[in-house]
Amino acid sequence: MEVLLAIIIGILYAAGVYMILRRSLVKLIIGIILLGNGANLLIFLLGRITEGAPPIIPEDSSVFTEAYADPVPQALILTAIVISFGLQSFAIILVKRAHKVVKTDDLDEMNATDEDS
Amino acid sequence: MKTLILKTASAYLLPVLLVFSVFILLRGHYLPGGGFVGGLIAAIAFVLHAFANGLKNTKGLLQFHPGFLMPVGLGLAFLSGLAPVLGFDDPFMTGLWLPYDVPVLGSVGSALFFDIGVYFVVIGVTLTIIFTISESA
Amino acid sequence: MTQQIILYPLLLQLLLAILLMFFWNKIKAQRVISMVGSAIHLVVSIVVFAYIWNNGTQTLQAGSWEAPFGITFIADTFAITMVLLTSIAGFAVSVFSAGSVISGRLKFGYFPIYHFLLLGLTGAFLTGDIFNLYVWFEIIIISSFVLITIGGEKAQLEGAVKYFTLNFLASMIFLTAIAVLYGLTGSLNMADLANKVAAVENRALVEITAILFLIGFGIKSALFPLYYWLPASYHTPPSAVSAIFGGLLTKVGVYALIRVFTLIFVEDVFLDQILLVLAIFTLFSGALGALVQNNIRKIFSYLIISHIGYMIIGLGMYTEVAIAGGVFYLIHDIMIKTNLFMVSGLIYRIKGSNSMRALGGFYANYPKLSLLIFIPLFSLIGIPPLSGFWPKISLITATFNSESYWSLAAIIFASFLTLVVIAKLWAEVFWKDAQEIPERPRFRYFHKVKNIKRVEMVVPIIFLSLVTLYIGFGAEHVQTLSARIASELMDSQQYIDAVLNNSQITE
Repeated sequence: MEVLLAIIIGILYAAGVYMILRRSLVKLIIGIILLGNGANLLIFLLGRITEGAPPIIPEDSSVFTEAYADPVPQALILTAIVISFGLQSFAIILVKRAHKVVKTDDLDEMNATDEDS
Repeated sequence: MKTLILKTASAYLLPVLLVFSVFILLRGHYLPGGGFVGGLIAAIAFVLHAFANGLKNTKGLLQFHPGFLMPVGLGLAFLSGLAPVLGFDDPFMTGLWLPYDVPVLGSVGSALFFDIGVYFVVIGVTLTIIFTISESA
Repeated sequence: MTQQIILYPLLLQLLLAILLMFFWNKIKAQRVISMVGSAIHLVVSIVVFAYIWNNGTQTLQAGSWEAPFGITFIADTFAITMVLLTSIAGFAVSVFSAGSVISGRLKFGYFPIYHFLLLGLTGAFLTGDIFNLYVWFEIIIISSFVLITIGGEKAQLEGAVKYFTLNFLASMIFLTAIAVLYGLTGSLNMADLANKVAAVENRALVEITAILFLIGFGIKSALFPLYYWLPASYHTPPSAVSAIFGGLLTKVGVYALIRVFTLIFVEDVFLDQILLVLAIFTLFSGALGALVQNNIRKIFSYLIISHIGYMIIGLGMYTEVAIAGGVFYLIHDIMIKTNLFMVSGLIYRIKGSNSMRALGGFYANYPKLSLLIFIPLFSLIGIPPLSGFWPKISLITATFNSESYWSLAAIIFASFLTLVVIAKLWAEVFWKDAQEIPERPRFRYFHKVKNIKRVEMVVPIIFLSLVTLYIGFGAEHVQTLSARIASELMDSQQYIDAVLNNSQITE
């Protein structure tokens, strides 16, 4: 399981960076999403995977009696997911507006900021 | 997208999903669930309604701009965090709990109000984003 | 209540942001609330600063969860100084925004988001938890994305795409670094991490994590090979936005670098060498970039990059004198860069252009304003006794002590290039004969707006210039402050004890 996850994370990071490096704005968003998911999975993997022991205390007791999964990575991932949700939706709107105003989705043609003014 | 089946179904699904979202919100403290998930479900209810009946009708149903829910929710969450500071001189966001259980809700504390705040913020943010995207499309 | 005093600046900023959201469509009310709120925030910050100065480092465990497990807020002298500077710059820019930003932009929620930005900055300085730092960083960048795109002009959107992509990448690298660090140590509390990272046996992995942090924060603070987003975006939004960005956004990256590399990854000679080399290149490339620009806001953008080098050189040499110099430069730079972008906004409102070729005759037409603008411009170069001079003395002394003559050469050469750039700017904008710039219809020129607006544009510049003058002429006080900060940073045990032992006392 760990090895599989590690490979998937590697693929997600590589694909994400590759997509960010493409010239199209839409592919930029795809890259951002892939990279975000890769980072979330990495937290999940590095928080140590524990099988079948959710960190929920049974109703008839008040403390854990057996080994349980670390709940912190899930909290971190949830936070990171919420943040990347916000960022990605902002990115989509930004790209839409940019496409409307600049009338291109080619990043190489977006050079108004480098003009001498 | 105008299909009769979805339109009819969404009329019933909207209240059901909203009640379900409140249920998820309330069970969230010790069990899976909580304000964020509940808020998303409530937002999905409205999005589904918008799919079936058009954006205009959903907006008419809401009566106010969903963005207004953001400051309301943030304010609620902020006050629930501030309550221990003002009332008991405990650090910010310390959980305050009623000594007895309230029927239906279970134990009630400042964490519940924080979660309700999150619930409103999530509905507000999600609906604002989706309405903005679909309006400019 | 006194134990929680360190959170008051944070809570006040949050309250302001929420309050402003209720007045979403009422711009006039927003202006007043923002200005009054920022003034109160300034007072609160001064009170908290005085409290920390007298009583030493204070900590607070949010939600009463004990230290290594919950989120810790800690205000040592460094953090609270940064909060104070944030509130000073925040107040100035708030007033300047009310005067200079057109209401077409303000109605898209400019002020609420501006205060969320300040909230993020205050939080980032006060937190003692590495993941919480990430969250504050995200609040900062999301707010900054909105601020940079408000208005939606072509150049703005293009700049925003670049700004967004690279800052997002920085956040992801930062998050990756946190993930690896959590995998290594199982902790997120920075004081706890300091202990645990020192005990990790796999030093290679620690080094890699440190490099990941360096890249993440390096992009945010515009270090040498990672700064290209900055000159592509900082000149596009309204000057008020550029002012707060230029003054504080890159500096929060520098703050994080200093915090992480003095607390968690310490005594790593290789890393210090990398930092020195990067700092030297940053100094050169920023200054050389500024030399060839024509738009004055682009010149200031490149000068931001160049002067980041001074702070990083202080960190790279890693001696108490050097860090004190770097911190002093940080204090001076926040005030100066905020002020300079406001000055560029004022020039833009007066003349309708920011191009050096088109501008001219400023001194003949506006002698008093020119005299005012003289202060930040020449403090930036570091003409004694103005404020830029004193930190450079500390830095140069430190280079002699650690015999790193390349850094010495870089510091002096970059100062010289800054002098050339500013002298050129002064000659072109202020002394050259005025040219006729065709009047733009429907442009809100300085001489056309109401008196109150003019006051709102000029007063913040006067205010920050006075602060700069104080930093220059009262350098002894600021030097004492930065020396105390440096000694606290070098002796990280004090920080660790404050976080970890305090939690046992409170229970």
